Amino acid sequence: MIELREVSKTFTLHNQGSAVIGVISNVSFTVAPGECVALTGASGAGKSTLMRMIYGNYLTQSGEIRIGDVDIVQAEPREVIALRREVLGYVSQFLRVVPRVPTLDVVADPLRALGVSGADAHSRAEELLRQLNIPERLWSLSPTTFSGGEQQRVNIARGFAHAYPAMLLDEPTASLDAANREVVLTLIEAAKARGAAIIGIFHDEAARARVCDREIDVSCFTPGLAA
Amino acid sequence: MTALLSVSGITKNYGAYVGCADVSFDLYPGEVMGIVGESGSGKSTLLNCLAGHLTPDRGEVVFDTRADGPKDTVTLSEPERRMLSRTDWAFVHQHARDGLRMGVSAGGNVGERLMAVGERHYGNIRDKATDWLERVEIDATRVDDRPTTFSGGMQQRLQIARNLVTGPRLVFMDEPTGGLDVSVQARLLDLLRGLVRDMGLSAIIVTHDLAVVRLLADRLMVMKSGRVVEAGLTDQVLDDPQHAYSQLLVSSVLQV
Repeated sequence: MIELREVSKTFTLHNQGSAVIGVISNVSFTVAPGECVALTGASGAGKSTLMRMIYGNYLTQSGEIRIGDVDIVQAEPREVIALRREVLGYVSQFLRVVPRVPTLDVVADPLRALGVSGADAHSRAEELLRQLNIPERLWSLSPTTFSGGEQQRVNIARGFAHAYPAMLLDEPTASLDAANREVVLTLIEAAKARGAAIIGIFHDEAARARVCDREIDVSCFTPGLAA
Repeated sequence: MTALLSVSGITKNYGAYVGCADVSFDLYPGEVMGIVGESGSGKSTLLNCLAGHLTPDRGEVVFDTRADGPKDTVTLSEPERRMLSRTDWAFVHQHARDGLRMGVSAGGNVGERLMAVGERHYGNIRDKATDWLERVEIDATRVDDRPTTFSGGMQQRLQIARNLVTGPRLVFMDEPTGGLDVSVQARLLDLLRGLVRDMGLSAIIVTHDLAVVRLLADRLMVMKSGRVVEAGLTDQVLDDPQHAYSQLLVSSVLQV
């Protein structure tokens, strides 16, 4: 479902003496439907960078990143947008929303973008928010004022609203208590069971051991770090 | 899929001074494109060339018309272009006063565009106008009030209602949230996002507010000195800018 072939990236900082920083070189791996792969490596090894490249958020200099039959590296913006709407989900570490939009609408938004009716999208959003223990009295409020853990759970609810065939999870269990961590792991297991290909970053080793089938050490691909 | 708007080689000079030079892009149905850049970078010149307010020196603006398919709007006759600008096109000005008739009631402002496309039944016009006022969150009891009695945010929402009432397919927006205070901005952004999604609109938004494009636009063009220096997915250009100028632009934003 997700296939990387000889993927490399450098950052060029034009305004800081044109410094060129190599971050990722020559990464190749594949993730099959129903499989969950963990990216590991020390902080700064390029885990999040690699994940953002797969999402098309960062530009890839060379190589091929195939999600289904679309090559993210070559795709037109509108193809990437369609892919993100239908196929590729991403749960980032931070929630980014239009201010003053109620939580329920934030969570229902990915489904509304797919053309699901307002009522159906809302009932799915309610189900997820209930599952993730967001109190019902908060649903009509904007999540911008919520605590870190609550924002993270709203973000997860939003990311799991649509059954994406491919998902990227950036530390989905960080800043969560034991009960909510359990809920999130159950959601991930359910997504695997329905055949989603998942790439995740987990600092939580127990969580990683439980949901991930394989680990890929990103520091092997970091120029200057590899021995 | 045919592009809704296909722009190639648009160039406009003001004497020896470059307004915009050799701008080309395709916009597809349902896409929202942002154009950013500092003051004087040619954003508004480009937008006005695209919308037919200025005649470009060179280049084509091909629009996929409902009746006759793709047509170059630069060489279109004036009546044809005027018809286009009151049916399939809409233009939201930065200052609501430029896009509204200040001496006519709110309902009249919305209704005028309907009459321009042939609607004559007073009851229908009034019903539609009232419906649109409510869609942009203006109380229906204000339908007979003039926009001079409205706040800045309400005037901007009225301008949007007036523009969208005829169900356009392409909306040009010049700094739609400029000059509004941040809480009104947020509400307007949410409203625009909903309208774009529900009506399947395509839009071109000129702004210098990077937060606005991140929330509204799918794609982004960065302009400097009349030229497009970088284009791509909005979040990609903002999070991983490639050109020196885009990097400077993104890194110059103050963190709140």
